[in-house]
Amino acid sequence: MNSQMLGLVTGVLFGFLLQKGRVLRFDKQVGAMRLKDMTILKFMLSAILVGMVGVYLFEGLGVIKFNHKSMNVGAVVLGGILFGAGWSVMGFCPGTSVGAIGEGRWHAVFAVLGMLLGAALYAELYPVLYTTVLAWKDFGKIGLPEMLGVSPWVIIPVLWAASLGLFAWFEKRGL
Amino acid sequence: MKWRTEDGGWSPYLAGALVGVLAVASALATTKVTGKASYLGASTTFVRAAGLLERKVAPQHVTNNEYFAKEKVQVDWQFMLVVGIFIGALVSSLTDGSFRLESVPPTWAARFGSAVWKRALWAIIGGIVAMIGARMADGCPSGHGLSGLMQLSLSGFAALALFFGTGVLAAYFIYGRRKT
Repeated sequence: MNSQMLGLVTGVLFGFLLQKGRVLRFDKQVGAMRLKDMTILKFMLSAILVGMVGVYLFEGLGVIKFNHKSMNVGAVVLGGILFGAGWSVMGFCPGTSVGAIGEGRWHAVFAVLGMLLGAALYAELYPVLYTTVLAWKDFGKIGLPEMLGVSPWVIIPVLWAASLGLFAWFEKRGL
Repeated sequence: MKWRTEDGGWSPYLAGALVGVLAVASALATTKVTGKASYLGASTTFVRAAGLLERKVAPQHVTNNEYFAKEKVQVDWQFMLVVGIFIGALVSSLTDGSFRLESVPPTWAARFGSAVWKRALWAIIGGIVAMIGARMADGCPSGHGLSGLMQLSLSGFAALALFFGTGVLAAYFIYGRRKT
């Protein structure tokens, strides 16, 4: 199997699960940002909790390698703020927009159109950003265990416990 | 805790946990096929898709652009992953009866009315801003959120907190403090 075919198969499963979890909806995404419906947070944290055990296990066995994204301060902070604001107005993130069209919520085509325009615009802005925002301070591709100097197997149980606590609180409050 | 939601969906804990399994399986499979682990993500695909479209009208401009050169305008693993998300959502929604043609989302309609042009305009504006942000931060809630956090990446924690924090703040201004 080539990598494109593998991507397609993985994507079909990913889209299927996103739809089954009902997280593709505009109303679920905005509901989370209005702190009224935590479905997407439950979904994301569950994926992360399971994923981190597997990823660290296989990395520890030397089977796979990490692919951290750079902690470039200007980029992550300014980009994070812009994304959050745009996400709230648009009501979709890049992956869910495409899935939302798949489940018939065709208004997501406008979100996709906007994001394609944004991507084209970013390509034009890139040369300027490269010497400004992106050049401020880059801590590089670093993970929490190296940064804190502790084993991931100390951090992972702490994150599990904190997330399970949060889940219990969500359920109690009916969020 | 119920495994099925009222509308026939799956518990977000169950569906999410299965995505975690999928993410690990995908890192293993891509390592085997390409020699390098690929983690779930979506936003770079928008750059490649924009480049493919722009190439139809201004091929030289795309070739000369530093960012398109860096991200490589091509149909790659992640591009097909995003295509797959559409197919998977279509199959799932058609088979469980949750497929619904919707021109304006209910939450939006309750606040701003059901005019399609208004939703379209703001979706496009939001989309432009969000994608500039995602490309600047080098990831979206999939790439930074899911993939970043499962690798315990420092950038993932920072990005997801800012995505969500700013999103909550913006939603407060957009929708106000209404009870519904």
